[in-house]
Amino acid sequence: MASNASVPSPALVARILVLIIVSVIVQSAAVSQFPIFGTPADLSPLVVASVGLLTGSVEGAITGFAVGLFVDLTLVQTLGLSSLVLTVVGYGAGRLRELRDPQGTAVALLAGAAATAFASIGYAVMEFMLGVDAPVSFLLLRQIIVVILVNSIIALPVFAIVRRWLQPSLPDDPRRRRRRAYTTGGLTPLSRA
Amino acid sequence: MYEKTVRRRRAVLGVLVALSLILLTVYFGEAPGGRLHSVQRGFLTALSPIQDGASAALKPVRDLFSGIGQTLHARGELAGLRKQNEILRLAVTNDQVVARRGAEALRLLHLDATYQLDRYSPVSADVVGQSPNLFYSTVLIDKGSDSGLGLDDPVVDADGLIGKVTQLTPVVSQVTLITDQSSAVAAYDPQAGVYGIIQAKVGDPQSLVMQDLAANANVGQGDYVVTAGTVSAADPSLFPPGIPIGQVTSMPNGTLTTSVDVRPLANLRELDTVQVLTQHTTGVPSSQAIDALPPAGSEPSAAVQAGAGQTASTQAGG
Repeated sequence: MASNASVPSPALVARILVLIIVSVIVQSAAVSQFPIFGTPADLSPLVVASVGLLTGSVEGAITGFAVGLFVDLTLVQTLGLSSLVLTVVGYGAGRLRELRDPQGTAVALLAGAAATAFASIGYAVMEFMLGVDAPVSFLLLRQIIVVILVNSIIALPVFAIVRRWLQPSLPDDPRRRRRRAYTTGGLTPLSRA
Repeated sequence: MYEKTVRRRRAVLGVLVALSLILLTVYFGEAPGGRLHSVQRGFLTALSPIQDGASAALKPVRDLFSGIGQTLHARGELAGLRKQNEILRLAVTNDQVVARRGAEALRLLHLDATYQLDRYSPVSADVVGQSPNLFYSTVLIDKGSDSGLGLDDPVVDADGLIGKVTQLTPVVSQVTLITDQSSAVAAYDPQAGVYGIIQAKVGDPQSLVMQDLAANANVGQGDYVVTAGTVSAADPSLFPPGIPIGQVTSMPNGTLTTSVDVRPLANLRELDTVQVLTQHTTGVPSSQAIDALPPAGSEPSAAVQAGAGQTASTQAGG
């Protein structure tokens, strides 16, 4: 399956579904109860961004929507809010892959940081727009910054885990196959000549 | 094909965003008992066993990270407490030093009052150096000729005589203690009414011996010995009369002349604040100085305290 060509395979859908459920449960049952610098990490934007980077914009957007919905249902939050924010996160990560296809190690880190920043700030803005009585304070700003920093730290391992989990069902991308051939000593047009 | 893909992608995004907004609008607009709220509660009810199981299963992981966090926090707290402890220890040490110096100054004041040392123009000084070797009975004090000190000035501490100035610079002086082999002090046992010479005991740098006593001298163990002052004008003493030196610790021995062991009243290995008597006078021990001595045989440390008590009562009595 190429994200811009065909429908994802059932195996990939199943793996993404398991990933969504597990990540949300791990988030609510373990990660959210372990604050770092007073703030717990937020796996959701990292998982959605990782899926988007690995599969594409459509899958990323759907995953973002599903994760957001699951999070809102599980944590009894305003339904649709997380879905909206994370849909954009997943779509953006997917578009990054489709347009630039970055391969550097730091991409996952930067994408995770950007996804977390967008999700945190977007969620806060949406809450304010909905009239939630939360004080705009230094504490909120500090919490957003800390979440971005903490998520940046764990972005690489989260991306590695997601990639390892989805790898067996990911379609063989022709561009990646070509790149692999060059980097692993495969035949080149020059050698053929 | 590309157009189709783009259209599909945009459609998916639009649908998802629209769905989110619909959910948001409906959820936000409906009452707490509304349909979406009910769905949410039902989902939560259905999911709670899974969450409980996951929570129990992930508890070790949670505890591990929590333990790491608590350990780091405890380490930070420990470092803070150690620093605080260090500050407090320093403060206590400073307080102890100040208290000790205060007590020392008070005792010196009492000594001055009891033995009328004011007339010898005493100059207070701190001991700034002492040889760790028992056989070098000298100390350095932080006052010198700039403070009015002179060679051979007697030096006392709160317990009594300790020595004399033997080396002089403008700001630092060396004091040779009475336990030095070169030291000799004319002494007087007021209880027995006999004179003698106090010198260091050979082979025991911490002890003194009172020599040249008459064979029939009635010196008793526990007698206090004070400086004799100048007994003969032909042989003037450097030391003012009546300053406590030590306490007799042995019975007389010998035939023609006799000697007794004397333990110095001052703790010569733990000197802190001393006074240098910069004005020399002559004379014999005054009756007041003799009266200030405690009864023979009492504890050496009582010598000055008894004098201090007497001074206090004298002052109180007007």
